[in-house]
Amino acid sequence: MSYAKSTFRHPALQPNALGYSKRDYEGGLSTLCAGCGHDSVGAAIVQACFEANIEPHKVAKISGIGCSSKTPAYFLGKSHGFNSVHGRMPSVATGANMANRDMIYLGVSGDGDSASIGFGQFAHVNRRNLNMLYMVENNGCYGLTKGQDSATTDVGSASKKGVANPFTAIDLCATALEMGATFVARSFSGDKEQLVPLIKAALRHPGFAFIDVLSPCVTFNNTATSTKSYDYVREHAAATGAIDVIPMKEEITTDYQPGHNHEVTLHDGSVVHLYKGDVELDVTSRDSAQAAIRRHQSEGSVLTGLLYMDPQSRDFHQMVNSIKGPLRDLGESALCPGQTALDAINASFR
Amino acid sequence: MRPSDIAEPEHFHKVVDCQYACPAHTPVPQYIRLIAQQRYSEAYLLNWESNVFPGVLGRTCDRPCEPACRRGRVEEEPVAICRLKRVAADFKEDIKAQLPTIPEQKNGKRVALIGAGPAALTVARDLAPLGYQLDIYDAQPKGGGFMRSQIPSFRLPAAVLDEEVGYILDMGPTTHFNHYVDSLKSIVDKGYDAVFVGSGAPRGRDLPNLPGRQEADSDIHIGIDWLANVAFEHTKAIGEKVIVLGGGNTAMDCCRTALRLGGTDVKVIVRSPFDEMKASAWEKEDAIHEDIPIIDNHVPSEFVLESGKLVGMRFDKVEAQYDDNGKRSLVPTGEQVFYPCDQVLVAIGQENAFPWIERDIGIEFDKWECPVVDATSFQSTLPQVFFGGDAAFGPKNVITAVAHGHQAAISIDLFCQGESVLQRPAPRTNLISQKMNIHDWTYDNGVASDLRYVVPLADKQQALADRRLEVELGFDVATAYQEAERCLNCDVQTVFDAANCIECDACADVCPTSCINFTADGDEDDLRGRLNAPSTNRDQVLYIADGLKTGRIMAKDENVCLHCGLCAERCPTGAWDMQQFNYQVTKSAELLAVPLVQIQESVG
Ligand SMILES: Cc1cc2nc3c(=O)[nH]c(=O)nc-3n(C[C@H](O)[C@H](O)[C@H](O)COP(=O)(O)OP(=O)(O)OC[C@H]3O[C@@H](n4cnc5c(N)ncnc54)[C@H](O)[C@@H]3O)c2cc1C
Ligand SMILES: Cc1ncc(C[n+]2csc(CCOP(=O)(O)OP(=O)(O)O)c2C)c(N)n1
Ligand code: SF4
Ligand code: SF4
Ligand code: SF4
Ligand SMILES: [Mg+2]
Repeated sequence: MSYAKSTFRHPALQPNALGYSKRDYEGGLSTLCAGCGHDSVGAAIVQACFEANIEPHKVAKISGIGCSSKTPAYFLGKSHGFNSVHGRMPSVATGANMANRDMIYLGVSGDGDSASIGFGQFAHVNRRNLNMLYMVENNGCYGLTKGQDSATTDVGSASKKGVANPFTAIDLCATALEMGATFVARSFSGDKEQLVPLIKAALRHPGFAFIDVLSPCVTFNNTATSTKSYDYVREHAAATGAIDVIPMKEEITTDYQPGHNHEVTLHDGSVVHLYKGDVELDVTSRDSAQAAIRRHQSEGSVLTGLLYMDPQSRDFHQMVNSIKGPLRDLGESALCPGQTALDAINASFR
Repeated sequence: MRPSDIAEPEHFHKVVDCQYACPAHTPVPQYIRLIAQQRYSEAYLLNWESNVFPGVLGRTCDRPCEPACRRGRVEEEPVAICRLKRVAADFKEDIKAQLPTIPEQKNGKRVALIGAGPAALTVARDLAPLGYQLDIYDAQPKGGGFMRSQIPSFRLPAAVLDEEVGYILDMGPTTHFNHYVDSLKSIVDKGYDAVFVGSGAPRGRDLPNLPGRQEADSDIHIGIDWLANVAFEHTKAIGEKVIVLGGGNTAMDCCRTALRLGGTDVKVIVRSPFDEMKASAWEKEDAIHEDIPIIDNHVPSEFVLESGKLVGMRFDKVEAQYDDNGKRSLVPTGEQVFYPCDQVLVAIGQENAFPWIERDIGIEFDKWECPVVDATSFQSTLPQVFFGGDAAFGPKNVITAVAHGHQAAISIDLFCQGESVLQRPAPRTNLISQKMNIHDWTYDNGVASDLRYVVPLADKQQALADRRLEVELGFDVATAYQEAERCLNCDVQTVFDAANCIECDACADVCPTSCINFTADGDEDDLRGRLNAPSTNRDQVLYIADGLKTGRIMAKDENVCLHCGLCAERCPTGAWDMQQFNYQVTKSAELLAVPLVQIQESVG
């Protein structure tokens, strides 16, 4: 069992525009199960931050509890981090963001952490349009506690235990749209070509950006009867392909050709259709996004890619007209304005 | 791209850079692991099977393996492969009992070997265990060829050479030392079943037309002849001021020897620019370490005499200029320089010379007066006569001579058994999983980030006072272990089984050097242009596998794989496995069934 990764990297890999190598964005060697989708999500975050020329020390990773919430240990090892309580990542992120709005907030959570115990917190952080990227590594189970069904487990889906889930699933993208998120996307841990540009775009989005990443639990929920297995997601994923049209400062591209239909023949002869580019989706319309999600659901496929984006997003700070800079930049006179200022405040309540 | 055929022996062999580059294909990483485990005798025997002279080569090998070493592609310096070989030789126990037994009952075939250099001695070693009756002829008083007459004792102590030459002479060939063969016909006429010519490239180049050459003859020596005279103690001193002409390894040995024989002002003067000298980098370093100036870009124009005595040499200064094709010409600057000297050693190259081979006995010679020899079988145009070592294709080095010897021995054996010399035996290969436990490997898969360790040297003053005192001291056991840990175990291959792969990307994500890709198929140029990391080293193959569920392919660029095994550790389905690839050049045909020495790498 290896506890460390060699420090050697490919000698021909060039540093990014800031002079950082990819290694500067990596973390410790993963202790997750071999093959866990969460590790691929971590690798996508590393790649995206490297490509987006983000300064590692400008990032704060905040997470809850779960295998997914453990993953910040395995990427961005030079960034700040807070591994909080189960389902409470949004409050910690909100507090941190209020104190220092100059940081880049990356929340990492699981379907259990966000859709069960933390569902209330999840709803409110959406409503506040807190400027952060909130990622759920969604495996449709509680991986860390041995694979119990979660609130995102589809009706009828059965994990390793073999019992079909009877309860309605929460669609976290639909919830985020309903609750006010201003950037909503879904992706798959096994599709970095889609996921990396989505993360790069979301990191730049001014407001609450939510990405639901289907990320199979290889140990408990990668069965033939599960709708969150590698094979199922691959066979049922349908991409919006809209990522190429994001109006961003910097152009973000994927290898997908919008509107192009893909056919992949599997070893058993079945054919998987990947619809790159959903003509009926208007990514700037919540209603259109909700309809597209529902339509694909009823067709038995999972719509991935960028679903919604509000170009007019105003984040929490703008909404409440808070202070323009980080609190740590405030001088003593601003922090302790003195008796006269206090008297003036008290007087205003009389 | 076509999926890789990993059953084809050369596929994984190319991944073991050092072994592939070694002319004798010594299984380097295997012996380095044995050294790390302090199993020096086994490390020695593994070497001995491949290269016959581990103690000699561990000190003097030209080491083509080191520039090839993968470590040099991820870090500045390669593993000190050569010096680790010496560790095996230095710390082994008595291994005589493990050497092959020689049958009392001979096989009735007689073979003559002309020369007792590394090439002929290798032929002897490979044929003696098969029951061949061997006659070795050499003009020198002892065996070893140039290893004895040319390589100075301060690089190769006589005891080391005696021991390894002795292992072969103890196998019972009949030796005819001090016996110069002046007619190949006389040997052929003796009715040998086969004759091997391993007579080397014994003629040193001269500057016969340089003004003053004849007049100063007594103070001008041909480098290789002079070194032989020193080795056999016919020459014991040299003048104080010595000029060594030439920029190859012979020049380096000449200047360092001259310094030990009384030279106080010894300099090397060479035509070409310093960086383009033929000498190995480390040989130049050793000369410089002994404060010998190397003066480059000087072309000799004249030996200068006063009152009939050599007093110095004149040179034309030149400048290297390169045309569009990179072809070099040395253009005189017009400046002339004089350097005083008492004696000159001419070390400007060697060539083949076969005055003793009659031109009418069926051996064809080419326009350079070299015999026509088949590059695979080493057979000449006279079917029972074979060539090898420097005699076959011009001056090379010991390890090349050994490699030739192995192949010539196979040919001689085939020929004597009445079989075609073109039916070459395949190398012996196998792949063995190194998995011990779910995440445990038999080998040390962690990659040490150590830099190359330096071999300690003897005190300079002492070394210069005694030409027999070995300059390099060799690694001690502790340093040898650390250096051995730098080896990346390139023979432990990443073997991929597409049928088990679920395309979770775990291997591609964890790989420190971004080797692994799951991507759409394409031709090689296309693929190399779009892998996760730049893929420009075409000497290293792409390992391609198809049969994945998504229809993509797995493309692994072997170039900078660290063999760290993380891909296999992170694979949930065992689609990757770390398997040790054994590649052994088959020695003389019959040895196929009975390996010369039996070495098992034990688990753990
Ligand atoms: C100064 C110098 C330093 C070198 N240093 C190194 C080094 O550090 N590392 C390295 O790898 N290589 C080195 N080499 C090269 C290396 O020594 C040779 O490439 C190698 O020894 C060739 O082996 P061989 O078996 O072909 O012939 P040789 O070693 O040359 O042996 C040929 C033998 O044949 C004998 N012989 C020749 N003709 C006849 C005849 N007609 N009758 C009887 N006997 C005959 C000779 O006496 C000699 O003993 C060096 C060479 C020189 C000149
Ligand atoms: C307050 C509290 N309740 C329950 C738990 C037990 N617990 C730990 S992780 C977990 C579920 C995690 O599921 P998810 O967020 O989907 O993460 P995964 O492991 O699947 O990535 C639970 C219920 C806990 N640690 N703390
Ligand atoms: S239990 Fe599941 S989610 Fe947790 S590390 Fe293992 S595979 Fe990943
Ligand atoms: S790292 Fe080891 S196995 Fe690889 S080329 Fe170098 S010496 Fe050989
Ligand atoms: S052994 Fe595997 S993980 Fe390690 S460098 Fe090679 S391909 Fe990458
Ligand atoms: Mg989960």
